[in-house]
Amino acid sequence: MINTIIEMLQYEFIQRAILVGTLVSLCAALLGVSLVLKRYAMIGDGLSHVGFGILAVALAIGWSPLFISIPVVIIAAILLLKIGNNSKIQSDSAIGIIASSSLAIGVAITSATTGINTDVWNYMFGSILAMGESDVILSVIVSIIVGILFLIYYRKLFAVTFDENFAKASGLNVKWYTNIIAILTAVIIVVGMRMMGTMLISSIIIFPALTSMRLFKTFKKVVISSGVISIFSFFIGIYFSYIYNISTGAMIVIVNLVLFIVFILLDQIIYK
Amino acid sequence: MNLISIKNLTFRYESRDDEDTLKNVSLSVNEGDFLCIVGENGSGKSTLIKCIVGLNKVPEGKITLKEKLGYLPQKTEIQANFPASIEEVVLSGTISNNIKNIWYTKQDKEKAKEIMKELDIYTIRKKCFRDLSGGQQQRVLIARAMCATNNLIVLDEPTNGLDPSIARKIYSTLKTLNKKRNLTIVMVSHDVERAVKYATRVIEIERGKVTFDGLPERYKIV
Repeated sequence: MINTIIEMLQYEFIQRAILVGTLVSLCAALLGVSLVLKRYAMIGDGLSHVGFGILAVALAIGWSPLFISIPVVIIAAILLLKIGNNSKIQSDSAIGIIASSSLAIGVAITSATTGINTDVWNYMFGSILAMGESDVILSVIVSIIVGILFLIYYRKLFAVTFDENFAKASGLNVKWYTNIIAILTAVIIVVGMRMMGTMLISSIIIFPALTSMRLFKTFKKVVISSGVISIFSFFIGIYFSYIYNISTGAMIVIVNLVLFIVFILLDQIIYK
Repeated sequence: MNLISIKNLTFRYESRDDEDTLKNVSLSVNEGDFLCIVGENGSGKSTLIKCIVGLNKVPEGKITLKEKLGYLPQKTEIQANFPASIEEVVLSGTISNNIKNIWYTKQDKEKAKEIMKELDIYTIRKKCFRDLSGGQQQRVLIARAMCATNNLIVLDEPTNGLDPSIARKIYSTLKTLNKKRNLTIVMVSHDVERAVKYATRVIEIERGKVTFDGLPERYKIV
């Protein structure tokens, strides 16, 4: 196993993938805690589908997919949050139609132009080969921003997540903090899309938080555990992905699923 | 001293354009009051509380606060499944004291500790909020509200959904805090019987108007 790891680390694309993957996994998990607790988890899923639609358009026109996706997905994130706060439209239905429409547009454009080739397949289900120089730079910058904001706003995020009304009455600008979470989530989704695939990226936002909540009973422990679980799943996932030549995104999701089941069982054993 | 004074407050929800929810309400809350606001569902009592704590913008009329208040909102669904220790929840009440800080100050932590001791939750402070009984959860949220203020808390139906015996305990805890600390309490309740028994003053709101304001003994007669 150690020999395999040493062999893996000699490839430049694996080095890139590990750097980007570790950072993205950590950030997605941190944001995920708030999103899952606030019941916004499906927004992540909706946004990744929007991301795919934009990617398809960008590929067809020949523009750089990353830099077009980011602003569009951010706008979609803010819109989805707005819809969520508007009681006239059911937010789960709204996410459903936005997600499937984006996917439909993406698939239609792809089939009319390039067809579902390896590039498109990789965008949908992730690939460690796909990470380029610009992905590395972007993910490092974004991760540093997410990390710093999370630390600076930690206790405010707790207050806003636990009880919006109390936070508002305490003078916190709740809308601003929710928008920050939405924007950061949008950016992380776009950055992580190459590795995880647009169809699978939302799972690294949702799984770590959900898994941690099974066993841990304080906010702080859930946050730390989510980060650890997410990075751990990434490493195990990328290892098996390399050895058995399985799609990276799919492998990482499967590791997350296994951990989730293990934590449910542990919860049953410890607390019952 | 008047801690809260409300003058000619009229409020209307945008979605309900037929009638004002609150019509020309004027009242003041004095230091040391244990004030219960009673009234039927939809009378406007929760709306009034939301105006006081700043969740509703006040279009007409004026609300003056002499003191920073601590608020206990109605329970939300999110909290039922939330992984947070008692300590984390109570400490988050101090946020309004120094909103710009990144982390809690020593004074914040001392204040939270003292209040948790007073409410008998200090020894269980590491416990998870979602594992507590309904009554204990409310004690934690009262402690959080007290962390945000020096002597004025505003509660929106804190005994909603609790067993009568536990509701009684909450009322008597509030009564003790009111007497011992001279804590001013404003609370909405639809439990008239207990409100009259424990409060030092009762306000009744019907269809957005104050229809009674006085001593609880008198409210019984009316």
